[in-house]
Amino acid sequence: MTTIERKDSARSDDRRPSPAKARTETPRKKGGRRDSQLRVAVLFLIPASIGFLVFFAWPAVRGLYLSFTNYHVPRDPVFIGLKNYITIASDPVFWNSLKVTLEYVVINVGVQTAGALLLAVLMQRFTRSMVVRGVIMLPYLIANVIVALVWFWLCDYNLGIVNAVLNSLGMDKVGFFGNESLAMGTIAMVNVWRHLGYTSLLLFAGLQAIPKDVYEAAEMDGAGEWRVFRSVTLPLLRPVLAFVLVVTVVGSFQIFDTIAVTTKGGPIDATRAINYYIYERAFERMDFGYASALAVILMIILVGIALLQNKLLRANQSDLER
Amino acid sequence: MKLSRVAIAIIATIPLMLTGCAAATPKADANTPVTLSYGLWDANQAPAYKQCAADFHKANPNITVNVEQVGWDDYWNKIKTGMVSGSNYDVFTGHLANFPEFMLNKQILPLDDYIKADNVDLSVFQPGLADLWKGNDGKQYGLPKDFDTVSVFYNEQLTKAAGLTADQLGKLTWNPKDGGTYEKAIAHLTVDANGVRGDEAGFDKTKVATYGTWMEGAGAPDGQTQWSYFAASNGWVETNGVWGDTYNYNDPKLQETIDWWASLVNKGYMPSFEAQTGIGWSDQLAAGKAALVSNGSWMTGSVFGAKSATFTPALAPTPVGPNGKSMSMFNGLADNIWAGTKNPDAAWQWVKYLGSSSCQDVVGAAAVVFPAIKSSTDIAVAAFKAKGVDVSAFLNHVSDNTTFLAPITDHRSDVSALVTPALQAIMSGKATASSLTDVNTKVNALFK
Repeated sequence: MTTIERKDSARSDDRRPSPAKARTETPRKKGGRRDSQLRVAVLFLIPASIGFLVFFAWPAVRGLYLSFTNYHVPRDPVFIGLKNYITIASDPVFWNSLKVTLEYVVINVGVQTAGALLLAVLMQRFTRSMVVRGVIMLPYLIANVIVALVWFWLCDYNLGIVNAVLNSLGMDKVGFFGNESLAMGTIAMVNVWRHLGYTSLLLFAGLQAIPKDVYEAAEMDGAGEWRVFRSVTLPLLRPVLAFVLVVTVVGSFQIFDTIAVTTKGGPIDATRAINYYIYERAFERMDFGYASALAVILMIILVGIALLQNKLLRANQSDLER
Repeated sequence: MKLSRVAIAIIATIPLMLTGCAAATPKADANTPVTLSYGLWDANQAPAYKQCAADFHKANPNITVNVEQVGWDDYWNKIKTGMVSGSNYDVFTGHLANFPEFMLNKQILPLDDYIKADNVDLSVFQPGLADLWKGNDGKQYGLPKDFDTVSVFYNEQLTKAAGLTADQLGKLTWNPKDGGTYEKAIAHLTVDANGVRGDEAGFDKTKVATYGTWMEGAGAPDGQTQWSYFAASNGWVETNGVWGDTYNYNDPKLQETIDWWASLVNKGYMPSFEAQTGIGWSDQLAAGKAALVSNGSWMTGSVFGAKSATFTPALAPTPVGPNGKSMSMFNGLADNIWAGTKNPDAAWQWVKYLGSSSCQDVVGAAAVVFPAIKSSTDIAVAAFKAKGVDVSAFLNHVSDNTTFLAPITDHRSDVSALVTPALQAIMSGKATASSLTDVNTKVNALFK
């Protein structure tokens, strides 16, 4: 994730002074130089490639293989073909996990993106203060697990301050994490609270890359606040917005830590998200074959969603290129 | 283009070469210094075991033991994945829930030859504890280290305010039909926001300030600290014996117990599943949100340590059930040797030391758990007494022989995964206990 961020900010940085500059550079083409450059490039790539191969490629290949086995640790893996996938197709817990994960993604990404957009526009319009930006970023600096636990305690039915406040206002107490229909929403909102500032800073950076002259032109044409936002800001922000959406959607499909330290999949199956179910199958029930098959399915879903989003949002083109 | 392909191929082989470099270490002989790793999950016991390790090193200068404590969940992940990857604790604290799986997969060593060669006397342990660690092949896989039973923790200030004496609390009776004097007691101990008690007219069960008792999750799969003692006193047996292959969640004796237990939520004497999700039972008890809660002896130190101006902890036995007895699950831990250890002989020396009174007296004096050796148990009881804690409620189960064994079967984690959501559904009021019959079919299918 960090590499993508860096790339993106670099892109918007060199776009600001002159968007055309990058394309006017003439490519150097001399046989000898090219070879020596390649050698240097390979040298620089080796450290990252080792990391990629050891920690991503190899585990992914092995995971794919294990998904075709019956692998109950500490027993040895036995090849069983597609049997895990066939079992998963009729596993109600799996289908339910997809449902609740989707519920989480919709609430988390929906609220978070809308809120972050609002916050970013407000920041751009009213303040450039580093202090404000720093404060907005603060929740993101706290570890996920700690955020989850603190909210879990704050929302406790009997001892939590949230319910004490509700009670003093004459309202009924709410089991934020213990109520089957509220638990997933609560977890989604806890993570919105943590990620909102970070997401809005990303969008804020995108907003700053939009040239002032288009706003001036819009003003000349007599466009109102809402019209400017809808017809100028939003379309020109699209590549950044697309990037933010891809990252947050893929990230929230993998919701795990907040669930692991609060509801542990309960009440009943209400928060047993796909990633938590994979963890449970693998590390609690030691059924690594079945868990690998689930993980492969999740990977396919995520790749599909990322490609679809890229296509729909045309993330690789910007309306800024004139 | 060609060069880049070669480069990629070279890069691709680097990790393969790296992984091929794992060198085999030579086996240590008797006189070379040996370092053993020892794992446990209870942070409260770690200081006592570090003391044991230091004492052991003094007596056996060529063996050093590194004691490592990891929290319960991570502890088992570490051990199970360590068994696969081939690096694990040489010796670790075992639990009956995982014992069958480890034993059937030959991950822990049988100790019979060592026990015979060193003439270890298994009769020094509390009766029954050593037998828990016999495999289905009749071999002994662990030496008992400590045991636990279940009793009722209560806040004396709340029971006094309700007019209940310690003597009355010690003689409560229970049955699944009307809950007996036990239910009357917790009804009286429940107080709503207006100060009306649970058994008085005008009690508002939607605004309870202090619950008579606490739920502590739905208690899957055995209800060890929550409901197992009710069910057992009602005649329920969880499986068809040690190393069984049939669970009995379909038994009406269990189902009527669970239905009664769930009814406490409707009556307002116990928080709903929704209301109990959050801060744990012992903090709720200490905060005055619950009056009496059953739990295991391992919690004694932490509950009595929370004593405050508003919380005076005390202990009572579990209520006497239809079989005329106050029951408790009996669970015993033991130390196991990992089959992959490079130093099995040194590991045995350490296990033998852990199972001797030299170490168990130290553990007993720390007043955290009850050591398995009878004389060391007495030391623990005295140490608790010195701290002002009367633990007889836990130990009477042993002397009166009113214990039943923790279930020992294969597939424990799968059983738990199936029963957990079912029990949560019952305790959330979405199902009745009769739904356990279906779950039982699925559970027993695991053994076919």
